[in-house]
Amino acid sequence: MSFVLVQVIVGGLLLGAVYALFSSGLTLVWGMMNIVNFAHGDFVMLGMYVAYVVFTLFGVGPLAGAPLATLVLATLGIVVYFGLIRDIMKGPMLAQILGTFGLALLLRYSVFWWFGANFLSLPQNIVGGTFAFWGLRIEASRLLAGVVALLVTLGLHLLLTRTSLGSKMLAVAEDATAAQLMGIRPDTMQAVAWAIAAGATGLAGALIATFFYIVPTVGETLGIVAFVTVSLGGFGSVPGALVAGLLIGVIESLSGYLIGAVYKDIVVYALFLSFLWFRPQGLMGKT
Amino acid sequence: MRRYLWPCVVLALVIAYPLVLSTPFQQRLGALVLLYAIAASAWNVVGGYAGQVSVGHVVFFGCGAYAAMGAYTHFALSPLVGIPAGIVLAVAIAAIVGVPTLRLSGHYFSMATIAVAELVRLVVTNTDYLGAAVGLSGPTVPRNMFDLSFISALPYYYLFLAVLSITLLITWAMTNSRMGYYLRAIKDSERAARSLGAPTSRTKLYAFMLSAGLTSVAGALYAMLVGFVDPESGLGILISVKILIMAALGGAGLLFGPLVGAAILVPLEEISNSLLGGKGAGLTFVVYGAIILLIARFQPGGILTLVKRLWDRRGKPEKAVVAAGAGHAP
Repeated sequence: MSFVLVQVIVGGLLLGAVYALFSSGLTLVWGMMNIVNFAHGDFVMLGMYVAYVVFTLFGVGPLAGAPLATLVLATLGIVVYFGLIRDIMKGPMLAQILGTFGLALLLRYSVFWWFGANFLSLPQNIVGGTFAFWGLRIEASRLLAGVVALLVTLGLHLLLTRTSLGSKMLAVAEDATAAQLMGIRPDTMQAVAWAIAAGATGLAGALIATFFYIVPTVGETLGIVAFVTVSLGGFGSVPGALVAGLLIGVIESLSGYLIGAVYKDIVVYALFLSFLWFRPQGLMGKT
Repeated sequence: MRRYLWPCVVLALVIAYPLVLSTPFQQRLGALVLLYAIAASAWNVVGGYAGQVSVGHVVFFGCGAYAAMGAYTHFALSPLVGIPAGIVLAVAIAAIVGVPTLRLSGHYFSMATIAVAELVRLVVTNTDYLGAAVGLSGPTVPRNMFDLSFISALPYYYLFLAVLSITLLITWAMTNSRMGYYLRAIKDSERAARSLGAPTSRTKLYAFMLSAGLTSVAGALYAMLVGFVDPESGLGILISVKILIMAALGGAGLLFGPLVGAAILVPLEEISNSLLGGKGAGLTFVVYGAIILLIARFQPGGILTLVKRLWDRRGKPEKAVVAAGAGHAP
């Protein structure tokens, strides 16, 4: 295997870890409440803009921007849950899809209106320099983003499977009424899920803001990436999202390198549609 | 006779509109309202009646637009010739997307429609035959009447009105056919409908294909009106958004819902664009987003459902009106 190819695959894995991070938020909410958040990609976009604003106002990098973006987005998640989701959850499918889709437009074009359509970016060297491992050259910003995203995604999985909070959330996902009879408040647990899901997007956004282009419409692309990841990983499954996210990162990088940069999104979308044809339950999931 | 009075008055007003308000801006505005009414009515077939929310309808719109302009650019034919080709293409894409996803829950369908619209937009943007990022143009100087290239918007207005009437007629016929009964049953409870032997997936697929074909006609007409198509105006996700929000605002699943939505939103957008210029573009969609969100949250049935409810309450005793809390005098 040629050396460049290894370099491309490593880059894909690091980006894929970030995909996995924000997709696990989507899969959590989907699995728990059977709601698909069409504004999910735009949440990531907001995370990027929070990191950008923090940098322009205070001149500090992602070390301060990432926690703040997580916090801001987690708050937004709670607000969205109580203001919108709680009511449309019980409504018809049309209302569910229109509700989050309207939210997506509102967020995307508010940012568009405020910041303009220009491509923004953080300075290249905000997370110092480039590392060299055995001849592989990896930018520190991508390494940081990939590693943090991987750790947080794993942490999220542990939170859901090993803690009492996670058990309560799973209980609500299983049967909200039964959970309520056991003294668990479905409302609180669902709000927590939204806070976690949105917080994950905020963190992911702040992490990729250091090397990704920042533009209001980026949420559309990232939203589709999240859909692809979740449908590949099986809905409701964080480990599935992790595997699928890494896989998509690699596929995207490889097709960008082998076929051409403009085709990398095309390959991912085509993959998604073919998956819906042949294996709608995802790679490892049950339906 | 009184039943037919109001529809006749409205129809007469619609026919007289471009003759009374006859500035080019007003005529063009009227034509655009009718055009979006066609597209939104077409969306309504699958989004409203079948309850499957397509967020990528622009792909069918683009099929029609590109087929019409392609017929002229590549074969020197009238753009009209492209319409059947656009319909065939749109219906084929609808089948490719619909067959796997309409068996699954509605979320998969919505996601797949977004993905296919983006996929097609990216492919077209990188295809030189389809004009890549620049797009295709129609006839600038009409060779004969069939090029349908007019300077005034007046001929387009009546053409669109005719097509809109046909679209509504098809929709109405569909709701009164066996398929209409199936669709109503599916919307009430898909599981119950299936257990009673209604072919649910197939019915939804037919509705989707019908909707795609009609949307493709709207796309072709749009391209003829503006004289060109490029990836932004023919395949941009915002066209999907406009189509969807018009139907939902007016009343998804109601015959005249999309018309009401188009009659409200198209003038709103055109006027805000002419007042605010380029800066208004972002703001318009902020408002659109807020409108969709509020409809979903408070009034999923749209304006017509609300009006109908208030109308039905009109004859009821005073108490009912007061209980509703609305200051709506009978």
